[in-house]
Amino acid sequence: MKLMNKTLLSAAMAVALTSTAAHADLSDDKVKIGVLADMGGVYADVCGKGCLTAVEMAVEDFGGSVLGKKIEIVSADDQNKPDVGSAIVREWIESKEVDVVTGLVASSVTGAVTKVTTDNKKIALIAASASNAFTTKACSPYNAHWTYNVVALANGTVKPIVQQGKKKWFFITADYAFGHALEGIASKVIKAEGGEVVGAVRAPLGTTDFSSYILQAQASGAEVVGLANAGADFVNSLKTAAEFGLTEMMDVAGLLVFTPNAKSLDPAIAGGMLTTTGFYWDRDEESREWSARFKERQGVIPAMPHAGAYSATMHYLNAVKAAGTDDSDTVMKLMKSTKPDDFFAKNATLRSDGRMVHDMYLVRITKGSERKSEDDIFKIESVIPGDKAFAPVLPACDFK
Amino acid sequence: MATFMGINLFGLFGQLLVGLINGSFYALLSLGLAIIFGLLKIINFAQGAIYMLGAFAAYLALQYFGIGYWAALIVVPLVVGLLGVLMERFLIRPIANEDHLYSLLLTFGVALVLQGMFTHMFGSSGLSYAIPDALKGGNKLPFMYLPNYRAWIIVASLIVCVGTWWMIEKTKLGAYLRAGTENPALMQAFGINVPLMVTLTFGFGVALAGFAGVMAAPVYSVSPDMGSNILIVVFAIVVIGGMGSIGGAIITGLGMGIVEGLTKYFYPEASNTVIFLVMVIVLLIKPAGLFGKEA
Repeated sequence: MKLMNKTLLSAAMAVALTSTAAHADLSDDKVKIGVLADMGGVYADVCGKGCLTAVEMAVEDFGGSVLGKKIEIVSADDQNKPDVGSAIVREWIESKEVDVVTGLVASSVTGAVTKVTTDNKKIALIAASASNAFTTKACSPYNAHWTYNVVALANGTVKPIVQQGKKKWFFITADYAFGHALEGIASKVIKAEGGEVVGAVRAPLGTTDFSSYILQAQASGAEVVGLANAGADFVNSLKTAAEFGLTEMMDVAGLLVFTPNAKSLDPAIAGGMLTTTGFYWDRDEESREWSARFKERQGVIPAMPHAGAYSATMHYLNAVKAAGTDDSDTVMKLMKSTKPDDFFAKNATLRSDGRMVHDMYLVRITKGSERKSEDDIFKIESVIPGDKAFAPVLPACDFK
Repeated sequence: MATFMGINLFGLFGQLLVGLINGSFYALLSLGLAIIFGLLKIINFAQGAIYMLGAFAAYLALQYFGIGYWAALIVVPLVVGLLGVLMERFLIRPIANEDHLYSLLLTFGVALVLQGMFTHMFGSSGLSYAIPDALKGGNKLPFMYLPNYRAWIIVASLIVCVGTWWMIEKTKLGAYLRAGTENPALMQAFGINVPLMVTLTFGFGVALAGFAGVMAAPVYSVSPDMGSNILIVVFAIVVIGGMGSIGGAIITGLGMGIVEGLTKYFYPEASNTVIFLVMVIVLLIKPAGLFGKEA
């Protein structure tokens, strides 16, 4: 009897041990997601509280737990400042046991944060930044650049316009890393298609009066004025262009237009403009269903970073579940070997360099008369396959 | 295209005119600040937030009450002015006898609260406010395309600025005002209600910012940070013109608009800093500002 008890006890202990062993693969016994975004600044509408909501939705849809353990979320405001952002993430990783960081808006902040995540072997799911540096000169085996980048924007918007015969371009560029990168890549695309860049002017970030820049564009003799800016800068520059009659004299191309920004413009001004996006809420049944749920919680339709944050989080959680661990190397390997597939990610793969390649969309901003509702902002003109939109993997960034 | 010594005249004259237009805004805003500082010795850091409030008030008036642009030009400054009166009465007066720094910090706090509140309620992307139908379109001048609305900005702000200057410098009311701030006790003895005058003056200075906000709504997007962006420039202009000099604020406002316009033409990257550069130079040469009286 005694012996039997002993055997039973040891068997029970063995079972207990193995089951803890399975769970022990989750470091600190839980999965913790950090959402870092601009909660109150110029990019707050693009990826602020909305990105947090999207991640919360992903966790809820996933069931709230993975491998029998709870999924937790922490969030913070990076104020669009690289030092603030990287300090927060360092603290998250060192004392709050955060396993993965997402959100990530201003490219400058993302650059600082991905250094910290890479040093600590934690995954960064970049949902909103545009720079292509995260899969080129600042590439890392722990970066997953999800939603879009400047290359896709330039290929998507600039190429078809040059191919239509509009070959002479002038740029109004936001005077910081993102604007320079966008202008540089767009210029390359224009030259490759046989066009020329007749000039460019750099406007400081947050300029409210673009009239001088518009005048220079007008005097440049270009056929197309490319706006290599985003957010409020895009809105203000386009409004001024319309006021000074520029939109009637030449074409204006917005290279990065988020739905909230397009929505804030008078359709008489923005209507008809071509731009490229990684997501549009009114694309198919699936995207409409998700967007309706998002709108119910957030009050507004989702912009592409919101959808990207959801999709990236979901893919990460699926990989953790399949791998049975939250070890970054194992999870990343699985994320790269399984294809993401959800309402956002169509024909998608996470490449070896961390670039999430998926279909992009060439869209036209709708005219006032076409709008069936206040959210009827884009009309999808064509689908740009991922391999046409994004640049190939660089050998130095090939993390197989 | 006409060029002279490699300079594109079309572009250059265009920039000069645009500078004048922007200068009109600067003049309007710095005038409000100069009145409040010159007469009341209050450094009103909330002026930018109030300018933003004016733009939002115009937007909300249209959305919820159907009050159009022209009516808003009258109604909004009145409402904003009334808010200014309340602000002076309940926030600023209790600390009126303290160091200037207190009013500066208090108004700065008010500005942050207002800006935060509007960001929370309306987001940061900005809202659009259409140019009134009567002022849509523009004229092609020999050297530039002049939008009608921008021309209206120059005319309207010049009328308001000159009218205000005339009222303060040339009328009896203005004389009382200047005397009342110079020697309140004496004026009180003459039976003039100085505290009421102070309150109304503050309300008027603030109303000017509200008026500028309505004027700005159709050309810039109505956004919570529109005030904080322009405020620092306007403060620099007040300093260059001479703190408290009414005429100085108007002339420097227009002048700095032109300087900025020219910089945007010749070296756009410096356009954000040129005004501050001028400020540094002026302060070194003439510490009281171009039109300021030496203390």
